[in-house]
Amino acid sequence: MVPMPRKVIKGSPPFGYRDLIHLIELMRGDEKHDVSAYSTLDVLWVLYDSVLNVEPSTVDDPMRDRLFISKGHGPMALYAVLAAKGFIATEDLPLYGAFRSPLGWHPDRLRIPGVEISSGSLGHGLAIAIGSLYALALRCPSPPRSYCLMGDGELDEGSVHEAIALASRLRMGILTAIVIDNHSASHGWPGGIASRFDVEGWHTTTVSGRDHDQLRAALRNAGIDAKGAPHAVICEVV
Amino acid sequence: MSESGGIQDLTMREAFYVAVEDWMARDETAVVVLADISAAAFARVNLRFPGRVLNVGIREQAAIGVAAGLSLEGYRPLVHTYAPFLIERPFEMVKDDLFHQGLTATLVSIGASYDEPAYGRTHQCPEDIALLDSLGTSEIFIPGHPEEVGPLLFRAVSGSSVSYVRLSTAQNSLAHRCYGPKMVTIKQGKRAVVVAVGPMLDSVLRAGRGLDVTILYTTTIRPFDAIALRSAAEFSTDVVIVEPYLAGSSIPVVEHALRDVPHRILGLGVHDRDLHRYGTREEHDRAQGLDVEGIAASIRAFLGM
Repeated sequence: MVPMPRKVIKGSPPFGYRDLIHLIELMRGDEKHDVSAYSTLDVLWVLYDSVLNVEPSTVDDPMRDRLFISKGHGPMALYAVLAAKGFIATEDLPLYGAFRSPLGWHPDRLRIPGVEISSGSLGHGLAIAIGSLYALALRCPSPPRSYCLMGDGELDEGSVHEAIALASRLRMGILTAIVIDNHSASHGWPGGIASRFDVEGWHTTTVSGRDHDQLRAALRNAGIDAKGAPHAVICEVV
Repeated sequence: MSESGGIQDLTMREAFYVAVEDWMARDETAVVVLADISAAAFARVNLRFPGRVLNVGIREQAAIGVAAGLSLEGYRPLVHTYAPFLIERPFEMVKDDLFHQGLTATLVSIGASYDEPAYGRTHQCPEDIALLDSLGTSEIFIPGHPEEVGPLLFRAVSGSSVSYVRLSTAQNSLAHRCYGPKMVTIKQGKRAVVVAVGPMLDSVLRAGRGLDVTILYTTTIRPFDAIALRSAAEFSTDVVIVEPYLAGSSIPVVEHALRDVPHRILGLGVHDRDLHRYGTREEHDRAQGLDVEGIAASIRAFLGM
């Protein structure tokens, strides 16, 4: 059964941060949750609101900034932000997860404008981001920036560690990995997530994943190392 | 390629290096992704085309992911390594990063089913075609001679989805210039149709001596040339397909080609995946019934002779 919207969003995009919870309610069909239930919501908002050089009219622009969402779980936050910024229609939100909906429980790049990769299975995005950035660097001397959104549990996947090492060896100074750390990895990461990047020569910054000013500053200052060290921004969301 | 001279003296792997360099000269979007295997052989190509040979080290999952990223940006990636590390180890990356994203890439393997059996089971990959079939791979090339490698590689890198080229040290004594999906008729007969895939042709020809059978040769197993098979099956719908990988891999496409007529199919190939034996490729052919005597015995038994 398709959940019906209980709330009607008035007006048209762009919507503000405070509207995100209402956009999520359109997907959920209830009003029980607050934004703290969505670990990626703040970082996605900051990315689309004040970091990424991309908008609905430039989703196919070769020089747009790239955001590779490797952590495809819990995409309501993504869809809410995309709807708020006008990438997708708010009318699509109530169909979340339905057969004819473009909005699944994991995003599909072939169905949603502005989504760079289809994801769901963990541990795929960072290597794809590396390949994309490698291609962009072949083509232009000052390529756009690339961000890859991951989760701390995702570091359990060995493929992530292949990519962490590779990005550093390939001197991808304009690559930024954003790791949402809600301490979901079953066996934990002794020494912290940042140490796994640090040992491979990445810059690391740890911020509150809820603090927009911290996020904005960290994300804007990342991915600009001329010497080629990529940057990991660890977003604590406990 | 054959006119340029020298190819006939190369191995398939060497012919592949030549063809890749040729391709890279013609297509500025061509990028080769390696995982250490063949890295030394590509050193010169890398000098000629800076940045367009990317060795990611022994990181096969990353190799497929990186290829996907290259393809997203309009480049044509070719990923090359030993078959089990190209298809089996990063299988989910092939599925999710290439197929599911709707991207274009060419995968080129060496090692085949048991080109170097002394390395043991970990370096054997008779399952590759069945695995790629399970993902719906629409272009699979099995060259039978080094001369066929270049033209088939160009076909593979011209496709619009994921294509696979399977190189082997096993080869036929002659190139039959089968450069595309059309099967070549090697001989005609009336008792059965025998399809020889890639390097199996020499053994099939010897096994077929004295038998009144049609022998077809193909180097392009997907898409399968159903039209040629139907046409060859005019006198007999008893069909034998001899493949250098997992036995029966192509039975579904043969079955589909003959779905509206009564028919019998025998699929020969590697049937015992894990012999726990070392030795030579020839010894493994014998053990799998893929030597001349084994193939002849299987065909004769199938025909009730």
